[in-house]
Amino acid sequence: MQFYLRELAHARAGDKGDTCNIGVIAYQSRFYDLILKQVTPERVREHFKSLVKGEIRRYELPKVHAINLVMDNALGGGVTRSLSLDPHGKSYSALLLAMPIEVDEDNSQILLAMGRKPLP
Amino acid sequence: MNKSSIRIGAGASYAGDRIEPAAHLAEHGSLDYLVFETLAERTIALANVEKFKNPQLGYNAMLEDRFLACLKFCSTQGVKVITNMGAANPEGALKKTVQLIHDLNLKPTKVAAVVGDDVLEYCKANLHRLKIMETGLPLSSLKGEIVSANAYLGADHMVEALEQGADIVITGRCADCSLFLAPMIYEFKWSQNDWNLLGQGQVCADMLECGANVSGGFFADPGYKDVPDLGNLGYPYIDIKPNGDCVISKVEGTGGVISPATCAEQMIYEIHDPSHYITPDVVVDFTGVELNQVGPDQVQITGGQGKERPDHLKVSIGIKEGWIGEAEITYAGLGCLARARLAEEVVRRRIEISGLQLQELRVDYIGLNSLHADASLVNPQEPYEVRVRFACRSADKSNAQKLANEVETLVGKGPCASSLPRIQVREVLAIYSALVPRDDIKVHIVYEETH
Repeated sequence: MQFYLRELAHARAGDKGDTCNIGVIAYQSRFYDLILKQVTPERVREHFKSLVKGEIRRYELPKVHAINLVMDNALGGGVTRSLSLDPHGKSYSALLLAMPIEVDEDNSQILLAMGRKPLP
Repeated sequence: MNKSSIRIGAGASYAGDRIEPAAHLAEHGSLDYLVFETLAERTIALANVEKFKNPQLGYNAMLEDRFLACLKFCSTQGVKVITNMGAANPEGALKKTVQLIHDLNLKPTKVAAVVGDDVLEYCKANLHRLKIMETGLPLSSLKGEIVSANAYLGADHMVEALEQGADIVITGRCADCSLFLAPMIYEFKWSQNDWNLLGQGQVCADMLECGANVSGGFFADPGYKDVPDLGNLGYPYIDIKPNGDCVISKVEGTGGVISPATCAEQMIYEIHDPSHYITPDVVVDFTGVELNQVGPDQVQITGGQGKERPDHLKVSIGIKEGWIGEAEITYAGLGCLARARLAEEVVRRRIEISGLQLQELRVDYIGLNSLHADASLVNPQEPYEVRVRFACRSADKSNAQKLANEVETLVGKGPCASSLPRIQVREVLAIYSALVPRDDIKVHIVYEETH
């Protein structure tokens, strides 16, 4: 079953110059493995299409079951020069949470019991 | 004797932050320190431009209102204040603060201003030697007027001011976290090379540096992350002990929430490699941090570590880099999207005919793709209304203005049935970074005492 990442994790984006970072934190530690396996730099690049022009690095913070995605050349030339309505990329966290994740049977049951809906 | 614990509150996290929650925290927080952090990357460059126009200004525009609301509580309760509201003019801020203390008739107060983060002359003298971090090229490669250069100072000078008995310490550019670390170093006599202790201190400082972002601000997502009484967010404080043990909380009865989830979001915000976060005071390692709920809106923070501080300090350089022209117009009703797309076609044709010189043009459809461009999820239904936004960058003001004017002429000469456009033309103040040897930055502290 597929669910949006939003059902498994929450996120916040930050900015430094033209670099955007997104902290992604699993709601429960049992979801962390799914995030590690599927929210890879390759998938993130595919998901963000033309928004990210530079390198994407991923760091792990297992004690708080989180990852940090760092994306270079992702803010339209930098917060101070960008023509975007969201030059800080603060809304990028919401875009990331719209990534579909393939969820195993056990975790799917947990999500369904919480009233979370899978992708059609 | 050292105190067994101190309480540090966060009263602001950007230039225009709310004042009344800070005053509430000052009155009811039983604080030892209240910190106002008000400088983003570009704020200080804008402040420098303001100081250039009027040498008495260039400090935070809300300093007066903020201090009028908070200082009486700080003075009667013995709460020390640390702030970077000095922005481009810490000495100007000091003078204003002394005047406010007189006006408010507060008890004798010693005010300190940390001066020396302004390294504009140094940078201008070293244009060929200093490299831009973003491009790897020397500063001399920048086209346009450099209007500001400010170094991110560390906690050391603030600690010195506290040791000299300052009740209020005002700085210009410094690392945000250092404002919160300074009282820990001063009160607990932390050695400024006990890297693990400083690392833990900086992790706790990091929790506070965005103010209410750790207590439920910018967190709420209905049905997923609910925040009680979001409109009345309480600003956070930490209780920290000499060994670095720390609990973050907020005043009872205020809105918001503090949980491991809010703390984790704040912790990862704006860091890159979590094992190597460079600050002027210590290189922080966040990877061992644990966050545990120990009470309602109380989270214990443990496991921060650190490594030796860097030899260089980051300098933020502001440069005038051309102009941005923007214009927005809304189409509504049946066929609105087709009319909006025709409007784009018309404006592109006008740019061609008029020969506008633009460095970059961006067209957004607000409601469809304005924030995430081609990565936006596709909505199968046509929206009832759509707002088209044109934005351009040009070397001079005239071309940016002309683009905005072309959009303005859509009413009457473009597709039918739109709103009137709104246009805006503004100068670009771009920010670049460079590294400067710490020893080349000369800092001094100015004191004034009221009676």
